[in-house]
Amino acid sequence: MNAVTEPLLNVQALTMNFGGLRALDQVSLQVQPGEVVALIGPNGAGKTTFFNCVTGIYRPSGGDVFVTPPGKKRRRLNGLKTHQVTASGLARTFQNIRLFQEMTVLENVMIGRHCRTRAGVLGAVLRDPQTRREERDIVERSYAILEKIGLAGEVNELAKNLPYGDQRRLEIARAMATEPFLLLLDEPAAGMNPRETDALEVLIRRICDEEKIAVLMIEHDMRIVMSISNRIYVLDYGKGIAAGTAAEIWENPVVIKAYLGEETEE
Amino acid sequence: MPAIVQIRQSLIIALWFMFLTFPVLVIRVNTIENIIEWRWVNMLYVGAGSFLGSFAWRYFLVRQARGARRDKPPVRTARQSELTAGTGKEGMTAPSDRPGELRATAATGSAQRGGVAIPEGEIGSLAPDDVHKATVASAPPAKPSLRRLTDDPKLRRPLLLILAAAGTIFPFLPFASTYQINIVTNALLYVMLGLGLNIVVGLAGLLHLGYVAFYAVGAYSYALLYHHFGIGFWTALPLGALLATLFGIVLGFPVLRLRGDYLAIVTLGFAEITRLVLENWNEFSFGPSGIAGIPRPSLFGWEMDLHGATIYIYFLMIFLCLLTIFVVNRLQNSRIGRAWVALREDETACEAMGVNPTAAKLTAFALGSTWAGLAGVVFAAKTTFVNPASFTFLESAMILSIVVLGGMGSILGVIIGAFVLILTPEYLRAFSEYRMLLFGLIMVMMMIFRPQGIVSGVRRIYEFHRGSEKQR
Repeated sequence: MNAVTEPLLNVQALTMNFGGLRALDQVSLQVQPGEVVALIGPNGAGKTTFFNCVTGIYRPSGGDVFVTPPGKKRRRLNGLKTHQVTASGLARTFQNIRLFQEMTVLENVMIGRHCRTRAGVLGAVLRDPQTRREERDIVERSYAILEKIGLAGEVNELAKNLPYGDQRRLEIARAMATEPFLLLLDEPAAGMNPRETDALEVLIRRICDEEKIAVLMIEHDMRIVMSISNRIYVLDYGKGIAAGTAAEIWENPVVIKAYLGEETEE
Repeated sequence: MPAIVQIRQSLIIALWFMFLTFPVLVIRVNTIENIIEWRWVNMLYVGAGSFLGSFAWRYFLVRQARGARRDKPPVRTARQSELTAGTGKEGMTAPSDRPGELRATAATGSAQRGGVAIPEGEIGSLAPDDVHKATVASAPPAKPSLRRLTDDPKLRRPLLLILAAAGTIFPFLPFASTYQINIVTNALLYVMLGLGLNIVVGLAGLLHLGYVAFYAVGAYSYALLYHHFGIGFWTALPLGALLATLFGIVLGFPVLRLRGDYLAIVTLGFAEITRLVLENWNEFSFGPSGIAGIPRPSLFGWEMDLHGATIYIYFLMIFLCLLTIFVVNRLQNSRIGRAWVALREDETACEAMGVNPTAAKLTAFALGSTWAGLAGVVFAAKTTFVNPASFTFLESAMILSIVVLGGMGSILGVIIGAFVLILTPEYLRAFSEYRMLLFGLIMVMMMIFRPQGIVSGVRRIYEFHRGSEKQR
């Protein structure tokens, strides 16, 4: 990585306390432009908490979250509301799929355009040319995203009727509609069959290479983590225990200990 | 075979009922002549009644279960999943030319039929028409017959024309007495209230139990403005709506952080506070005795008799209802409307997708209240008298029932719901002793057998042709 470029996401010493429980302890993490970064760790290590802190669902107890959108100035995200974080260019998906079940696939993606459009109540009622143009733009862009994701055949299907793998992809499509520069994927491959995982891997690579959206993902499926991530961060008990490329992490004794445990004298 | 099982079950239940009611309905001790009367006929009635009741109950349950199964996606075959997976694969093998191809389809869209954009070769065995049917048919699950009626463009126009004609000539028909017109106007008032509450409950999914408070705000605005300043109906109409909107925003702020049950309780409390203030603050609202002598709306200073004024208000309500339908329809298919529905579906996800939930909730509250305010002004003008007794919790519950029974998020449903719920009790006056019983029974039955309401909200369908979308 070019050392001169500012990281897209720069998290410094992020700490999160839930009462007496320290869920995150001085975690630092950077995502550079064009990177796919994976965040791994055993269950309960604090990965999703980390996401929630970055995206403003939780207010971190300490530390800083900085983002530097391409071509823009550095900005501190701490204390911003979730929708403001999204508007600043960070979009996420959820571990347990959170689609708008009763809305169609297209509408789900159209919601993603909300923070990039302006039409208000008056525009909606009067349906003036500007609002109509904006509405058409929303539909067209959303459809284009669905085409890229490979869900264009299901535009009018209710989200709840999609098969599991497609629901996961729809969540990604919805997040992409917010025009992010960084996509946070929370276990995108969870519950997918190997075939779907392969397709997902291709999709993530394409998002990163063609759409120029960097990706930070939490994932348990080591196969996909090892094959597509440029760098990997490992969390355990809320602490960052290792960081590096796939090969480095693979060999790291601390990581192996965290995952497999340690031999004891018994 | 299942029918026999059903009959057997019903028989068992009937026998149980006969056995249980035996001491009460069959045996009667005549204490004067000291004999026991055996009324075996009663047992027969109980048996037949419970058998039929139980059988009908079971029949509807079975039907509902079958309906629910139909609601499931109409067998999205493995082949179709293969197709989507296939497109993913296709993109994988040639990732470089994918964007180019995308742009091409967006421009010419030769392969886009019924929203399907799959390269021709991939479709192969599946004709495009089939795909079209598969996607479109599954969107509104198990189309109810009513939907089919309103959706068919051939039937739709005549139907609307008939409705318009019926609405126009209704007050001049021989049987349309002042009373008849009045109750229909009343139903129209509830259509408006229902549609307003539908924004808050049906679209934004905020359980609002204090809607009547805004209705009261509208009614008292007109009453007090007239009483103190002599302001007429037409000036009071927008003012009442505005005041109700402001009240909605004021209430909105504290409740925005609440969800679900807590919100329901707070709104309920707010409505009670409003009513109690109106009841007890004599200097302001003239207490329980209310304000009388509110003038009916004027028509360029033309004096009308009671019947004429009733007809006038009837047409005024028709106009206001049409306006409400127009506005709500546009709202629900807009950026704001989508945000409301998303908020209802999943607040966390909605916010994570960049929707400001505070703003969305506030607009829903404010806009919902606006309609209540308008309806309130008309209500005050119609009855020429307001007092707090008209704005009890029962009214809120009634309006909420209209929305839930009619179908949350469906304009047509709410309209039908309002007419059914307001007119049924009126026409059931003949059985006035049982009418609340019947009313309650209908509600219970509806919620068990058709919880989505009379007409369920249907999402808008987008069709893609030649790159540009056509909306239906």
